[in-house]
Amino acid sequence: MTIAPDKSTEIVVPEGHVKLVIDGVEVVAPKGELLIRTAERLGTVIPRFCDHPLLEPAGACRQCLVEVEMGGRPMPKPQASCTMTVADGMVVKTQLTSPVADKAQQGVMELLLINHPLDCPICDKGGECPLQNQAIAHGRSDSRFHEHKRTFPKPINISTQVLLDRERCVLCQRCTRFSAQIAGDPFIELLERGAQQQIGTAQEKPFQSYFSGNTIQICPVGALTSAAYRFRARPFDLVSTPSVCEHCSSGCAERTDWRRGKVQRKLAGDDPQVNEEWICDKGRFAFRYATTADRIKRPLVRDEETGELRESSWTEALQVAAAGLAAARDANGVGVLTGGRLTVEDAYAYSKFARIALRTNDIDFRARPHSAEELEFLSGTTVFTNPDNGVTFQGIESAPAALLVAFEPEEEAPIVFLRLRKAARKGTTKVFHLGQFTTPAVEKTFGTLLACVPGSEANALNALPEHASDVVDLLGKPGAVILVGERAAEIPGAFTAVARLAERTGAKVAWIPRRAGERGALAVGATPNLLPGGRHVANAAARTEVERTWGVEEGTIPATPGRDTTAILTAAANGDLSGLVVGGVDPFDLPDPALAEKALAGAAFIVSLEQRPSAATAHADVVLPIAPAAEKSGSFLNWEGRRREFGTILEGTGSLSDCRVLDTLAVEMDADLFTQTPAAAAADLARLGEGVPSGSSLNVAAPLQSPAGAGKAVLATWHRLIGNGSLQVDEPHLAGTARPVVAKVAEATAQQFGLETGGYVTVSTERGAITLPVETDDLPEGVIWLPTNSGDVTVRATLGAGHGSIVSVSGGSSSGVKS
Amino acid sequence: MFESLKGFGVTFGTMFKKVVTEEYPEVKKVTAPRFHGRHQLNRHPDGLEKCVGCELCAWACPADAIFVEGGDNTEEARYSPGERFGADYQINYLRCIGCGLCIEACPTRSLTMTNEYELADDNRQDLIFTKEDLLAPLLPGMEQPPHPMRLGENEQDYYVNGPQLAKVAQEGKGTQQ
Repeated sequence: MTIAPDKSTEIVVPEGHVKLVIDGVEVVAPKGELLIRTAERLGTVIPRFCDHPLLEPAGACRQCLVEVEMGGRPMPKPQASCTMTVADGMVVKTQLTSPVADKAQQGVMELLLINHPLDCPICDKGGECPLQNQAIAHGRSDSRFHEHKRTFPKPINISTQVLLDRERCVLCQRCTRFSAQIAGDPFIELLERGAQQQIGTAQEKPFQSYFSGNTIQICPVGALTSAAYRFRARPFDLVSTPSVCEHCSSGCAERTDWRRGKVQRKLAGDDPQVNEEWICDKGRFAFRYATTADRIKRPLVRDEETGELRESSWTEALQVAAAGLAAARDANGVGVLTGGRLTVEDAYAYSKFARIALRTNDIDFRARPHSAEELEFLSGTTVFTNPDNGVTFQGIESAPAALLVAFEPEEEAPIVFLRLRKAARKGTTKVFHLGQFTTPAVEKTFGTLLACVPGSEANALNALPEHASDVVDLLGKPGAVILVGERAAEIPGAFTAVARLAERTGAKVAWIPRRAGERGALAVGATPNLLPGGRHVANAAARTEVERTWGVEEGTIPATPGRDTTAILTAAANGDLSGLVVGGVDPFDLPDPALAEKALAGAAFIVSLEQRPSAATAHADVVLPIAPAAEKSGSFLNWEGRRREFGTILEGTGSLSDCRVLDTLAVEMDADLFTQTPAAAAADLARLGEGVPSGSSLNVAAPLQSPAGAGKAVLATWHRLIGNGSLQVDEPHLAGTARPVVAKVAEATAQQFGLETGGYVTVSTERGAITLPVETDDLPEGVIWLPTNSGDVTVRATLGAGHGSIVSVSGGSSSGVKS
Repeated sequence: MFESLKGFGVTFGTMFKKVVTEEYPEVKKVTAPRFHGRHQLNRHPDGLEKCVGCELCAWACPADAIFVEGGDNTEEARYSPGERFGADYQINYLRCIGCGLCIEACPTRSLTMTNEYELADDNRQDLIFTKEDLLAPLLPGMEQPPHPMRLGENEQDYYVNGPQLAKVAQEGKGTQQ
């Protein structure tokens, strides 16, 4: 039966909407919507190259031409639907109903293909190329152009990672617009005019951006390719698996493309709540750490006779490890250092292993500078935040003001930086950086620098109401946020001051660590004072609840909070702890690498769970190989507290995740963790639920700043996004895009120490000295900034110093450069 | 009577016809010039490999008999003139049906077929031919890679005038001797 359309019902146009006709169909669209999107909602795909939903309209490629009629009068020529917004009474005919639009599109396509080399068989984009697809769908079957095509020399490196093939370019300007609008690194631009128009970079100045990989992904042709993926595979060879980035705490959605058991590339996934459609270059390009030649694939046991590590069976390694750990536990006890890169499930296994197999609270996930104040803050507030009650990416975007405390967004959580920039570009968010100098991130978020001497951030925060009442007023508006970075742990009183400021203004506070696993490890109680779900160890009821759910005897979990990372290491070095279980911990990230070395050398028995040889495996009695992120499933908790689940990408590699290894190890020690698989661990964790917030009592006074003394300066330092990170090994192309390694001082300080611009500076402590080039910037006087771990500069390993330390500064010469 | 004579007549008549018996393997059969025999990976006149590891042959193969894995040429170790070379190249003759689609797919004329047809063996492993088995022999003037591009000053010279330059170089060597 056919139902006649009811012509009497008129479409009701809501407020702020307009009614128009597309291909004979009446449609209601919000004012200001672009025609191309309205058509898309109807299911009509208009071909396009330059149009991207997250970039501003450009109308550069002219591929989306449609016929438009306004007020009964047709426009004289077809119009670009990607730049024209909807209007009331508009009549639009796309290529589906208008021969004029169809012919116009075919004409544009023919024009775009005139100089295109048509080298699809050898092009990386071939098979997933919008130009290829649309040329087939909307192009002519032949070209009338028989002359020679314009040629350029084949690919030019616009950075070590990004290669540009100008012949293939259709000048859509997606890359230049992305760089200018989203990333704010306009190193790539349109050059020349007419037929010679091309994309290029300034001479001698590479395309330097932490987000350059996104231009490769959004390029609608094969003009931009990455050195790491070039000619490695074709899109139709690849299996694409959705995944989550394992690098920083943003928890970006990714798409991992793999082939023959090897990851070939990573692309940004689309998650509007988290990373929109962008990821940073570290997340995109740093994945070969899992395929390095020195990856540990078999368990290693230290041979009693030779004292060297030798390969062994899992059975033997687990028996030796279990026997050694049980003996160490019954002697002086065992400490557990998990590292900050674990999935929630793996961290939970560590937490449970420490409590019921080792019967200790000596467990800490913080493989970096830390403080008791930080732990108090995290266990009182941060652990209970989630996207419903805390700060989110979208919350940042709609915040009237954002105060960044000891947090360098571009280097530590690049996607947070992109959101801050997006919000600031809209003009609705004012960004304040409490830091040392005007970093690129300050400029690119149109922010205001609240400069202070390193270590005196707490004083600066306490003084905000007096000196910068406008900041406090803005933070008092609903939705304002305070973002605290991991560096705050090196600043006494910082968390107290932040908590006070938040209380005073009502702003929401978010803690944004650098590593992916830290927030998850906190939630599952891989800390000395917490049990899973934010329950306090000292709370008897909470302890009983956990013990009952775990099915262990009451009293198994010690009632007093355990040691933190530094205390565990000190105890191990002194012999107060007989053993250590060490996850992915790099001693050179710790506040005192010498202590860590001493502890590793001194501890009686060490079990190391690692992927690659490290300082921990060098001293370990048993090394158990574990799976990298691509070879296991699990979930990360990002800084918002949002659960980011991912599945196994590479199946059947035979590598085991930490939770499985610890489960089996615990069985050898007569304890049942029930974390055989990540799914089982997650289910076990879910049974525990969340504890009740007990509140925190932060009361650490900000210290009075004492003058640094003659020949001395206060050190400011933080990690660069691309540096010597252990997950960035074997990535020469990525390493080439790192920012130059220089020290920064104020003009006056440079004169004081007799430093020349372009010259060298030597920074030293009683541990060692670093010589590196020096630049002047707007730092406070008497302050010197160094990257923490980039190139030859390893602040913690060489100087044993950190943010806020006092260091000696002298003029140096290039000949004294230490490598 | 007449019928049997007719029968012997066939036999007698055949004695004057051309013999069809092949004396293989004592006498090898010469195939048609375009017979699809064993594959060969060709070389440039200076000995560099023509294969660039693009895998188009593997993609064209309807029997999934070809496996290719590309590798990067470096300034220190150059196997082919371009950016990439075929680091691993295998053809499984248990699967190959000799259709020649791989030859048509090859963009560098690296993969061609010889007339060699003796592809039988008593085990499976030996019928998977690797790069060493498939590479063309080094002719006079050729040098075992890795080595830099020897012919001409630039890529244009190498590809367009390569064979000519190789010939000149070879003749020059001949006169010196």
